[in-house]
Amino acid sequence: MRALLIRRFIYMVPTLFAISLVSFLIIQLPPGNYITTYVAELSARGQSVDQTQIRALEERYGLNDPVFVQYLRWIGGIVMNGDFGQSFLYQREVSTLIWDRIGISVALALATIVVSWGLAIPIGIYSAVRQHSVGDYVFTFIGFIGLATPNFMLALIFVWIAFAYFGESMGGIVSPEFADSAWNLGKVLDVVSNLWMPVLIIGTAGTAVLIRVLRANLLDELRKPYVTTARAKGLPEWRVILKYPVRMALSPFISTVGWVLPTIVGGEVMVSIVLSLDTTGPLLLQALRNQDMYLAGAFILVLGALTLIGTLISDLLLAWWDPRIRHAQAEEA
Amino acid sequence: MGLNLPLKRRPGPADEPGGAADPATADAIAAASQWRLIWLRFRRHKLAMGSLAVVCVMALIGLFCEFVAPTTPGEYSAEHTHAPPQALHFVDTSGGGLDLGFYVYGYDSTRDQETLAREYTVDESEKVELGFFVEGTPYEMWGVIPADTHLFGPENPEDRMYLLGADRNGRDMLSRIVYGTRVSLSIGLVGVALAFVLGVVLGGASGYFGGRVDTAIQRVIEFTMSIPTIPLWMGLSAAVPREWGPLTTYFAITVILSLIGWTDLARVVRGRFLSLREEDFVLAARLDGCSRSRIIGRHMLPSFTSHIVASLTLAIPLMILAESALSFLGLGLQPPVVSWGVLMQEAQNIHSIAGAPWTLLPGVAVTVAVLALNFVGDGIRDSADPYQ
Repeated sequence: MRALLIRRFIYMVPTLFAISLVSFLIIQLPPGNYITTYVAELSARGQSVDQTQIRALEERYGLNDPVFVQYLRWIGGIVMNGDFGQSFLYQREVSTLIWDRIGISVALALATIVVSWGLAIPIGIYSAVRQHSVGDYVFTFIGFIGLATPNFMLALIFVWIAFAYFGESMGGIVSPEFADSAWNLGKVLDVVSNLWMPVLIIGTAGTAVLIRVLRANLLDELRKPYVTTARAKGLPEWRVILKYPVRMALSPFISTVGWVLPTIVGGEVMVSIVLSLDTTGPLLLQALRNQDMYLAGAFILVLGALTLIGTLISDLLLAWWDPRIRHAQAEEA
Repeated sequence: MGLNLPLKRRPGPADEPGGAADPATADAIAAASQWRLIWLRFRRHKLAMGSLAVVCVMALIGLFCEFVAPTTPGEYSAEHTHAPPQALHFVDTSGGGLDLGFYVYGYDSTRDQETLAREYTVDESEKVELGFFVEGTPYEMWGVIPADTHLFGPENPEDRMYLLGADRNGRDMLSRIVYGTRVSLSIGLVGVALAFVLGVVLGGASGYFGGRVDTAIQRVIEFTMSIPTIPLWMGLSAAVPREWGPLTTYFAITVILSLIGWTDLARVVRGRFLSLREEDFVLAARLDGCSRSRIIGRHMLPSFTSHIVASLTLAIPLMILAESALSFLGLGLQPPVVSWGVLMQEAQNIHSIAGAPWTLLPGVAVTVAVLALNFVGDGIRDSADPYQ
C-alpha cells in the first residue's frame, strides 16, 4: 500500500507541472495583457494615460521579460513562498483573494459528492432490484432529464421557482447577518441551509450517471450464480443483495469518483456564477474577462491541483475497497 | 465526465434481429450486410427510433432555418418587448358556432407607470390570421438565395406573431431558436468531426503501436481528463480575441471544444484496436503479407466503425452542452451570431426570468437535442455488434 502511495505521488509531479504550464499558457494566450486592457478602459472613459506610469507598471510586473522568465518567476514564487502574485484588478495579493473562495468551493464539491452518493446508491439499488417497475422508469426518466439539462439552466429554473413561488431571492452562501461574524454554530447552520440548493443542482448530472452505472453493474451481478447460492442457503433477500452483489457493483462506482470530480468542479463554477455564490466561479469569470492574469491562473492551477488530489484519494479508496485491485497494483509496483 | 459512460449492454429478451422463426427472414438475415443487421436491430429500440426522428427533424430545421422561421432573428419591434407567448387557435368559437381557423389573438399593451415595463393582455377582438407558405420578412437562403416565403406565419406581413414570446428587443423567440438550431447543432457536428480526427489518429496509434507510444498518449489523455473542463474551456475561450469575426470565433470555439473532447473517442478507438490486434483474422492478414495501412484500413477499421459511430453520436451532445455553457457566460459565440447558448444570455438574471420566463426556452431546445442524441447514441451502441 505504501509503495502504491509513493508511486502515485511521483506520477503526480509531472501532471502538476503540466497543469501549471497549461494555466500559464491560458494566462499568456490573450493578445495584450492587463495593462493594455487597463489603458483601453481608461481611454474609453476619456481619461488620459500617463506613459511613464504605464512603463512603471510594466517594469514592476516584468511584462516585457521573455515568457519562460515570467513563468519561472510565477511558479517559483508559488512553490517557494506560496506567493501567487498580485491581482491587478483588486490591487491585492492573489493568495488572500482565492483561499476563502476555494475553501467554499471544496466544501461545495465534497457536499455534492456525499449527496449524490447518498442519493445514487439507494436509488440505483432500487432500480436494479425492481427493474422495469414504475419507480425504475420514473428514476430513469428523471435521470435522463438531469443528464441532458445544462446545469446552469437548472440553476436558473431553481432561482426562478424560488423567486416566483417562495418570494426568496437567492443570495450567497453566507447570509448577510453572518457575513462578518466568526464561525459559530449559527453560521454553520446558516451555511448548511443555504448550501442544499446549489448542491442539488450541481449534483444532478453526476447523480444521474452514477445511478445508471450502479444499476447496470448491479443488474449484471444479480444474474450471477453466487446470488442464487446465497438465496438457496436461506439468506434474507436484503442480505443477499446488500452483502455480495452491491459490494461488487460499487467497485466501478468508486473508480468513477476520479472522473466525477472534474465535472463537479466545472458544474460548481457554472452554478456559482448563476447563483452568484462567493466561490471560485464568479471570480474566475471576472478575472478572465478582465485579463487579470495572475488571479485567473491561480484559480485554474489550484482547481486542477485539487482535482488531482481528489483523484488520488479516490484511487487509494478503490484500492482499499477492492482487494483485487490492491493486489494487481501491488504486483505492478 | 461525459454522458457516454461504458454502460453495460442490456441483453433484451429477443436479441436475434428480426426473430429467426420464419425461414425466409432467417435466410435474408444470413445474407444481410453488417450495416443492414445493425439497422434491423436498431429499429427495435422504440426510444432510439423516436429520438432519431426528433434528431432528423431538428437537422432539417437547422438546414432550412431561414424558411422554417416565421421571421428573421434580427427583426425587432419596440412595441413588443418581452411580449408573452401567444396561444395558437385552431377552432374559432367567436362567431357562436365552431369554425376551423388558424390564428392567434393580438395584444393589448399598457406601460406600467412605475417600472416602465410593458404589460400585455390578450386582445380577443384582434385576430391575426396565420397561413402556410406565406410572404414575410425577406431573407437569403444559406446566405445566397434571396426569398421571402416562410413555412408559416401571419397572412398579412404587417402582423406579428410570437408563439414563443419575444425577447427584450421584441424579437421573435421562435425564429431565434430555429436559427440557433443551425449553429448549435453544427458546432456539435464540426467539433465532433475535429475531435474524431484527433481521437482516431492518436487512439489508433496508441492501440496499434503499443509500448512507449501508447504510454505517452495515455498520459496525455489522463492529463486532459483530470483537469476540470469548464475552467479550462473558460480560460481558452476567454483568449479568443473579441475583434475576430463571427465565423473565426465560431471555428476557434469549435477547435477549443474538440481539443478537450477527443479523449473519450481516443480511448474507445484504442480499446478496440487492442482487442482486435490479437484476433486471428489480423494475424492471417499479416501472414498474407498485407501492408500495415491495409490491415488497419481494410481489416480492422470496418469491424469497429459502428462502435465509433456510436461514440461520435454520444459526443455531439457533450459539445452542444459545452457550447451553450460557454456562450451563456459570454465567453463563447458572440451576438449577432444566434446559438442556443447565446440566446440564454437573455436569461442571465432573475429579473428577466421572472418577467419573461420564456427566455429560458432555448435551454429546453438544448435539453431536447441532447436527450434525443443520447438515446440515438445508446441505440446505436446497443446494436453496434450485430453478430453477438
